[in-house]
Amino acid sequence: MDRRSKLTEILKSVTKKDVNIGPEESLFESGVLDSFALPDLVSALEQEFSIQIPDSDLNPRKFDSIQRIEEYLDSRA
Amino acid sequence: MAFIAEFGCWLPEHIVTSAEAGSWVGSDAEWVRNVSGIDERRFAAETDTVADLAARAGADCLGRAGLAAKHLGMILVASGTAERSFPGPACAAARLLGAEHVPALDIPMASAGSLFALSLASRLAGQLGPILVIGAEIMSRVVLREPRERGVAILFGDGAGACLVSPNAGRAEIIDSFLASDGSFADDLKLDHGAPLQMNGRSVILQASRKIPAAIRTVLDRNGVAPAAVQSFLMHQANQNLLDKIAASLGVPPERFFSNIRRYGNTSSASLLIAACEWSRAEGFRSGAPVVFAAFGAGFHWGALLARGV
Repeated sequence: MDRRSKLTEILKSVTKKDVNIGPEESLFESGVLDSFALPDLVSALEQEFSIQIPDSDLNPRKFDSIQRIEEYLDSRA
Repeated sequence: MAFIAEFGCWLPEHIVTSAEAGSWVGSDAEWVRNVSGIDERRFAAETDTVADLAARAGADCLGRAGLAAKHLGMILVASGTAERSFPGPACAAARLLGAEHVPALDIPMASAGSLFALSLASRLAGQLGPILVIGAEIMSRVVLREPRERGVAILFGDGAGACLVSPNAGRAEIIDSFLASDGSFADDLKLDHGAPLQMNGRSVILQASRKIPAAIRTVLDRNGVAPAAVQSFLMHQANQNLLDKIAASLGVPPERFFSNIRRYGNTSSASLLIAACEWSRAEGFRSGAPVVFAAFGAGFHWGALLARGV
């Protein structure tokens, strides 16, 4: 499974919603993600990609679209 | 070593329902309940000051403890909604309590203020004598400022809570506390002079949902206490969904987290001590059982405190 598909699966699992959304679309504005699902998404990313996301990186904007999440993961590579 | 001797609280009579609060932002009671767990909150009278509320909660606490205010070693008043920059409400509350000559210190920190004050009191009581810690807020005057933000206006209420910290005896011994601050997020939750409260709710919840469990684990680990062994978790009442998330993160049943947010909303610095006061009267410390206090708020400031029933 490629990374984008994996991210979509993580979002589905965390939000319990269908994730039919473009990579640049806002996960918050589209209603996919809400404030209380965001911490679960961050935890799932840490687990799936074996990274520790420091609190200083916990800016909601970094996780507001699939593309932004990919950019963040690239920055941690 | 210091002890929690007694709690006190005071809530205004005027109830504002979530149907009314929801109507301010074009929504209804069900939406308010879903996003916050709040059914109603109390609003203070127009003539009340933060010091008035503080003094009423303080008097309730001292009355239950049977201690005259003049015998206090210090009064600490946490509030983020004082009417003026200075003097703060601490000295006015001390005067109202009949403790004019007792040193009175303001802690203008908002939601984490009473936790920080409790921690300071536990360290100072041995030198100064009994310390009255108060958290008092009139949030209604802030949230009613225009424009009313959808995610802010429905959350808050008014009230005051108090705790008497004694150097030599009480219902519970304060074992340890952990405090932390990070100014990187100062703009994510702030109240500028005369302005409406501004909150980046996503950032607050994201940070709080990580930092509060971590702070609680810090004090528990340092003292060899497992989360499952904690009798009750007494929290700043920010949002029911956040309390449930923290309970899940620690792997303890949500019922261990005392909650009264349904009836009072988020009363900022007052909420921790109002919750502790009601918990104390409903359940109270069991001998030898650990109890955790924790809070998170503007700053960000956060922390946790461990006490054990005597």
